[in-house]
Amino acid sequence: MTNDEIFSKVQAIIVDQTGEDADKVTMTTNIKQDLDADSLDIFEVINEIEDEFDIKIETEEGIETVSDLVTFVEKQLAAKDKE
Amino acid sequence: MDLTDKTVLVTGSTQGIGLAIAQAFAKQGANIVINGRHAASREVIEAIQGENVTCWDLSADITDPDAVQKMIDSIYEKTDHLDIVVNNAGIVNDKLLNRMSETDFSQVINTNLTGTFNVIKACLRPMYKARKGAFINMASVIGLTGNIGQANYAASKAGIIGLTKSVAKEAALRGLRCNAIAPGMIDTAMTAQLADKVKAEILQQIPLKRLGSTDEVAQVAIFLAENDYITGQTITVDGGLTMQ
Repeated sequence: MTNDEIFSKVQAIIVDQTGEDADKVTMTTNIKQDLDADSLDIFEVINEIEDEFDIKIETEEGIETVSDLVTFVEKQLAAKDKE
Repeated sequence: MDLTDKTVLVTGSTQGIGLAIAQAFAKQGANIVINGRHAASREVIEAIQGENVTCWDLSADITDPDAVQKMIDSIYEKTDHLDIVVNNAGIVNDKLLNRMSETDFSQVINTNLTGTFNVIKACLRPMYKARKGAFINMASVIGLTGNIGQANYAASKAGIIGLTKSVAKEAALRGLRCNAIAPGMIDTAMTAQLADKVKAEILQQIPLKRLGSTDEVAQVAIFLAENDYITGQTITVDGGLTMQ
């Protein structure tokens, strides 16, 4: 899966969860600050991402921007491919 | 909340207060998930089904987070909604403190308090998604007053009251509610074991001079499920025993 494809899916999940317009959710968007998301929003976004990509995200530490999320998913998918 | 066709999980519901609560919800038209460490008897299941509702029997040890997760997943495989969770499963292991081992203490905490936490945690993800649901946790007046020989039980039930308030605050962000019931002396198999002399002494202290019935506890569970504006509360059902 390409970086762009991962971003599109992550973007759709964030839009669905926060109710923001898609054009407001870019790679540099800070999920908490720019989208006014609370901890439960992030919890639910992570849950949806886990389901969508069939991966496990044990901690949300270090995840601030959409780019952080996309990179995390990318790494998890690469690790899964190696298994 | 209208309880018709809602899905209600009652842990520890193969007998006593849990069974009375399950039956009361069934009478209101809710579908019931019976739970215990072992499968429910045929009589229990038939009694629930007699109310023309669906009854699933899912045994799971609530001290085992994986078993709890499997039970919750299994509920969502059978129905697409879980609306009310009554955390009733609990044990006692009464001993004076100087005779109580760390194991005696932690076993009661693990079942009553950590078990309740395990069930709530497993339910949160789907219930947050659904933006609705209610938890009802079984505390006890012993959690409010303490009792000789019940340090473990009292600590677990006091813990449930704190847990209830924290869940109520956190889950309110998604429209979920969480309350507790603190029964006093209720007429169950547990209280039937008490010596007559002990029972008489207890009755002396209860302003209404009688034990409560399991149905009277179940009525409060129904009330807490139906009322959508009560959260974070502990309702005592004790014949006036702990009134101040």
